[in-house]
Amino acid sequence: MNTAYNFAFFDEGSKREIRRATLKAIAIPGYQVPFASREMPIGRGWGTGGLQLTLSLIGRSDVLKVIDQGSDESVNAVNIKKLVSDTTGVITTDHTREATLIQSRHRIPEVPLNKDQILILQVPLPEPLRDYEPSENETKKLHAEKEYSGAWLMLFEQIMKYGSMTTGADHPVMVHDRYVMAPSPIPRFDNPKMHESEALILLGAGREKKVYAVPPYTKVVSLDFEDYPFEPESFLDKHCRLCGSTGVFLDELVDEETNETFYQCNDTSYCIEILNEVEPFGVK
Amino acid sequence: MAEFEVPVLSIKNLNKQFGKGCLHCQDGESLVKNYCPICGTVYACRDVSFDVFPGEVLGIVGESGSGKSTLMQCLYFDQEVSAGEAYLADYHHGERNLFQESSQQQRYIRNHIMGKVYQNPLMGLKMNFSSIGNIAEKLIAAGSHHVGMMENRGMELLNKVNIPVHRRKEAPKNFSGGMQQRVQIAKALSNRPPLLLLDEVTTGLDLSVQASVLDLIKSLQRELNISIVLVSHDLGVIRMLADRTLVMLEGKVIEQGLTDQILEDPQHQYTQQLVHSLL
Amino acid sequence: MGYVAVKGGTHAIEESIKRLKYERIHQGQTIEVEKIKAGMRGLIDQVMSESSLYNETLAAIAIKQAEGNPEEAVFLLRAYRSTVPRKHYSRVIETQQMNVERRISASFKDIPGGQILGATTDYTHRLLDFNLIDESDETVQEWLHQYHKESMQGEEQKLTLPKVLDYLRKEGLIPPCEDNNLEPDDVTRESLEFPSSRSQRLQILTRGETGAVTSLAYAVIRGYGALHPTVGELRVGTLPVTIDHPTDAGDDDDAFYIGEVKVTEVEMLMPVTVEKEYGKKEMEFEIGYGLVFGQNETKAIAMGILDNCLEHPSSDFPSHNEEFVLYHIDSVESTGFISHLKMPHYVTFQSKLDSVRKTKKAGISTEQEVKI
Repeated sequence: MNTAYNFAFFDEGSKREIRRATLKAIAIPGYQVPFASREMPIGRGWGTGGLQLTLSLIGRSDVLKVIDQGSDESVNAVNIKKLVSDTTGVITTDHTREATLIQSRHRIPEVPLNKDQILILQVPLPEPLRDYEPSENETKKLHAEKEYSGAWLMLFEQIMKYGSMTTGADHPVMVHDRYVMAPSPIPRFDNPKMHESEALILLGAGREKKVYAVPPYTKVVSLDFEDYPFEPESFLDKHCRLCGSTGVFLDELVDEETNETFYQCNDTSYCIEILNEVEPFGVK
Repeated sequence: MAEFEVPVLSIKNLNKQFGKGCLHCQDGESLVKNYCPICGTVYACRDVSFDVFPGEVLGIVGESGSGKSTLMQCLYFDQEVSAGEAYLADYHHGERNLFQESSQQQRYIRNHIMGKVYQNPLMGLKMNFSSIGNIAEKLIAAGSHHVGMMENRGMELLNKVNIPVHRRKEAPKNFSGGMQQRVQIAKALSNRPPLLLLDEVTTGLDLSVQASVLDLIKSLQRELNISIVLVSHDLGVIRMLADRTLVMLEGKVIEQGLTDQILEDPQHQYTQQLVHSLL
Repeated sequence: MGYVAVKGGTHAIEESIKRLKYERIHQGQTIEVEKIKAGMRGLIDQVMSESSLYNETLAAIAIKQAEGNPEEAVFLLRAYRSTVPRKHYSRVIETQQMNVERRISASFKDIPGGQILGATTDYTHRLLDFNLIDESDETVQEWLHQYHKESMQGEEQKLTLPKVLDYLRKEGLIPPCEDNNLEPDDVTRESLEFPSSRSQRLQILTRGETGAVTSLAYAVIRGYGALHPTVGELRVGTLPVTIDHPTDAGDDDDAFYIGEVKVTEVEMLMPVTVEKEYGKKEMEFEIGYGLVFGQNETKAIAMGILDNCLEHPSSDFPSHNEEFVLYHIDSVESTGFISHLKMPHYVTFQSKLDSVRKTKKAGISTEQEVKI
């Protein structure tokens, strides 16, 4: 543990300020609360928003899991995990069920979360209306007046151009029938996991200096049209080559030798857990 | 027009000034026309009142600087009034002063009860979005969430304003000025508003294009029986479209009446000049 | 034990860090922090200014760790700054009290107190000095000894000077400036919101990345802006910093002196037309203010230009749009977001791939429709 710094890196005053913004975010589901985002020892845009939330919330008894793009072992996830454990000494885990705090970039784990867990998502661009309106001052007014035609119009234009909605990740959602929110670049596959989630979901954008939240059991609906319903990515007829799972988010890979496309669980810890269930005496 | 008819829109004592005003101009003493040379305040609209009845086209004519465009901006909440009241029959039975509603409510009114066509298409259209998307924006704002329905309505309207339906996915920035105005008209009509505001819609267009846009407005008005407030500096446009006309000068309404009557027997010296120049 | 995760990431990071250290020291030499402090004043000043943290030693450590890369050094210091509790706010510093080392005005030849050139590269010939290859501590000390002997005759004193602008105010050429005693907003404690206050704008500008601030100001005076500025006064010198006595706030006598900071202060003059009563037009001067840590004259002047731009919002030029300027000049933010593009985006890409495939399918079916 690095003792040149305070517990969890920040001074206590800073942590309190971030928690105050977080409380406000929980009280107004989907509303982007501005906060005085601090410069962090990792790059702006590399998860500083999520990291600040994690550090402001973490206590000595917490168990931390960090994933990046579904993987516990991605360099960025490892890097963040290392920073938090260096400055707090808390235990880290790969197992979703064991974790009390889960910081993630671009994924919600496959294992359903429970009420004793907090999911912290890293957000690059928190403003769902930014493509429609570049000015922060203007988008703030649009949110205040619940004027979201712009969000639907962007989708309508995609349908006109391409015949379907072409949002990749970060498909906008309506929270608690009030605020349109960017769910962070999670795949559309994960959007439904936000709806009525048992776990508290916090979203932090460090560079853009915003915190927002989906409190437990909150209605979250992906934006769509009556005749063009929201569609998650489809992995129909596909399964994980390692553990055989279906109905999970899969990475598409190419076999170097046979040149064939195959699929593998994106959530690596989930995949390993399934493998161990199937084959309790399996080898490495 | 029967007297017991309820007006669609009622404006009472609308005032709009730009600048703070000073001791010299607040009682109107120091004004040169509608401008205070001491403090630089402009009194753009002074005590303007009028009613618009169902199915009626009300023309407002005046030279540039007479306050007619400012008046239009106030009606569509693009500008905040300095004082005055406005009532819409279709909004809380005409019992709520629109100017005192929250900006959220004003947005509702704009999205559901009004349509506006601006002189400059840049103000009324998103130039980089498709034409059908521009129409859909207004429909979405009014609560529609059905793509097929919006596309059909959009095509029906584009057809009505004589834009080839196969060009619906093109952005208005590719269109000529006359076509852009017609897309604006289609957009303004999309949610079937009881009231349409037209601000110098033909100014800047070629004469032949002007004529076709005016014809279009006239036939749409007859077909849909919509109420229109029409602002123009061109008495020719007013003569062609308006049932009743207000003449504005220096921010004030100086004369009003049936259009025919104003054209045949203008009372105010300025109106006489205006009519004379038309002949 | 069943299956376990492959610890590829952890190992890769460890090796990468080792390699980074190797690159820093592989010639078998290291530069002492004291040497950086002694010889890299320009870099230290720039790094302190962009970090908004005034400490030469910390800046020198950061520069050493960053191998002289200012972007990385600023990043290190900003991150360090986040961990330091805010114990005090200084008392208001009156810049009239600056101990002036250099001071020039481009507007007036004869300013009260005179022009003082001080240390500047402005009039050096930019010719590489190959003698520096052989410069040693001994030759330097010898030179210094001589220098001190010469300057002993003209005893150096603390020099405080009246401000050029006060002189113009007395003449009535610029409107009097009243003290604004509102508590300034602290952008590191409360998030910037728009429309912003001037105190917020000045803080973001003074923390701005030197190159970014300079480029935007350059665009303004070159044509993408509406200003024709003159340097009213530029001064470089040190300012005393004091804090209130914890129980006797506001009392001058009980205040504690905690040190001094070297700053560059600039007051830019911009001629503007103002409309007076009866439509009479007059020319007046407006002021753009720049103040940065250390000797960073170009940045201070650029800051003065942008300060005035943002006082006059306009949609004609992005340099007059506060969101455009203030959101994009911060070094840590811009370099962070650009460099984040190096991170894996596998999931987002997979998701986009799914949409692209869908549109290809839809494309085929609409083509068929058309044929029918």
